Amino acid sequence: MTNSTKEELASWYDQMLVIRGTEKAAYDLFMTGLVKGTTHLASGHEAVAVGASAALKPEDYVWATYRGHHHAMARGLSPEACLAELMSKETGACRGKGGSMHLTSAANNMMGSYAIIGSHIPMAVGSAWSAVLRKTDQVSIAFFGDGATNIGAFHEAINLAAVWKLPVIFICENNLYMEYTPISAVTAVQHPAADRAAAYSLPRIVIDGNDVLVVRDEVAKAVALARAGGGPSVIECLTYRHYGHSRADPAKYRPEGELEEWMMRDPLKVLRARLVESGVSEDEITGIENAVDAVVKEAIERAKDAPLSDISEAFTDVWADGGMQWRN
Amino acid sequence: MAELITYREAVAEGIARELRRDPSVVCIGEDIGAGEGVFKTTAGLFAEFGPTRIWDTPISEQAIVGAAMGAAMTGVRPIAEIMFSDFLACCWDFIANEMPKVRYMTGGQVSVPMVVRTANGGGLGFGAQHSQAVENWALTVPGLIVVAPSTPSDVIGLMASAVRSDDPVIFFEHKALFATKGEPAPAGHVVPLGKANVCREGTDITLVGLAWSMPIILEAAELLAAEGISAEVIDLRCLVPLDAACVLESVAKTSRIIIVEENPFQGGWGGTLASIVADEGFHDLDAPVKRLAGASVPAPFAKHLEDQVLPSVGATVDLARRLVGG
Repeated sequence: MTNSTKEELASWYDQMLVIRGTEKAAYDLFMTGLVKGTTHLASGHEAVAVGASAALKPEDYVWATYRGHHHAMARGLSPEACLAELMSKETGACRGKGGSMHLTSAANNMMGSYAIIGSHIPMAVGSAWSAVLRKTDQVSIAFFGDGATNIGAFHEAINLAAVWKLPVIFICENNLYMEYTPISAVTAVQHPAADRAAAYSLPRIVIDGNDVLVVRDEVAKAVALARAGGGPSVIECLTYRHYGHSRADPAKYRPEGELEEWMMRDPLKVLRARLVESGVSEDEITGIENAVDAVVKEAIERAKDAPLSDISEAFTDVWADGGMQWRN
Repeated sequence: MAELITYREAVAEGIARELRRDPSVVCIGEDIGAGEGVFKTTAGLFAEFGPTRIWDTPISEQAIVGAAMGAAMTGVRPIAEIMFSDFLACCWDFIANEMPKVRYMTGGQVSVPMVVRTANGGGLGFGAQHSQAVENWALTVPGLIVVAPSTPSDVIGLMASAVRSDDPVIFFEHKALFATKGEPAPAGHVVPLGKANVCREGTDITLVGLAWSMPIILEAAELLAAEGISAEVIDLRCLVPLDAACVLESVAKTSRIIIVEENPFQGGWGGTLASIVADEGFHDLDAPVKRLAGASVPAPFAKHLEDQVLPSVGATVDLARRLVGG
């Protein structure tokens, strides 16, 4: 494992705490009725988002699924813009037209969150192709769940990327469940992403997705390969979602003790231990935790205070001229 | 007079002009490179522009349209080919859920400037899975520009507008028109999106068509003229943007209309246009708004069966006679 500075570790801890706090806020706001629709929380997946992001440059592209709050925030979306979007506010990332499942931060080259399983995987291949066409060294990442590995777009995309040797990294967040069903019950291989890589002449990579340092290192290797023209990688990160699939799901299908076992390997606990190990004092760590707490609280209040997006938003942004006119 | 060109040649010419004009334009699709396309609609492109502009893919419609979309969102203007329009169903997620919605659902953060070209419709005897007219599929999804040219120069002029559009375009090329000939397009020819073409002026009845149905209604108008019935003929060129004003203006003059469409009556685009005319043109009408459309059956293979299910010159003339006489 490569060395990381105390500052790096602290910065990742900060980011992961912000994500965790924002997800908790999303849950609470949903319970009080301020967030409508549905949310798919990523608590437990923070190390994948923050670790991968740490291996990227700002100009690289990231594509996410409907469980994508953590990816948007890891690339720079503020907790306030995230929560405001969930609450349909004018200050939301998409001004209330996307919601939880479509968080996007184009200014950060976070190209969106997509709610049709697997649809964004070919798009990430497209942004990688675009980098080749424009002769930049940008790398693209598609994050997706284990469930996406059984859909056609996943296979079409990886094959094309492998044939064209495109700078794209396919990162599977294997949290053991496709919605309510264990992924192992519906998949013919043990590792739904990694075991498929061989079909496209790519190596089998399975890593601990709850250790931010492990994720950063593995993604950094794949990024270096991609920038050097070596083509795509598939990385399967083993992780666990702390909440159910969506707000409608109490996750009663999980065997007793499974959540508790995974909570022992909570990515925040793992990283906190690393901080201590690297000589960061308990006071400093508590200082980070308190500061993040304040940041999230302020984000919640500001998002709550913002006005709903204007009703005119319903009829804008269909076309490039900003309008909705389809006939004269 | 300059030499006539085929509709098929016009497709390749229209694409080539855009490739020459803008280095960010690229082509992606199956067999479009050295193979020059199964309909030869990309003839000469690989030779002129090479593999860095013309990209051959596996048979992976989702990867083709998805990758084109990702590229379009990040600074490239891809022209993706889906070989037969029936295969749009293989990548319908991208056509219906992704391309047309991204701008809206991101609150305007992202544009998708891309064209999906596809060979549409019947007439070549390819059977139910390679002969459908599916322009109505695209019409049902807000956020897609829908183009379907009927002449070589419109192919070139509309291709220019489609590629330059910052919105996603579905560009229907018609299989049965590939061999037809027409005037070449002058240099720099651009036909704006959403501007119908009044191909023939008339006073007794309006005939509206699109792509395949244009030769049908032009011939019908000719036959009607011989009987003393003056038909105005409109080529819509695009379903979105729809030049409804042009049609309404015509009906204000003629007071009668027949909409001739290849896609099935059931859910066909003429239903949308008919509803607009019936509503906004009601006081101008002296006869019911009529539609001649494909029968609501799958496309049959045999020519003599296909002839039974598609609108014809004869049926158009008969109906026009009844409307004008009645």
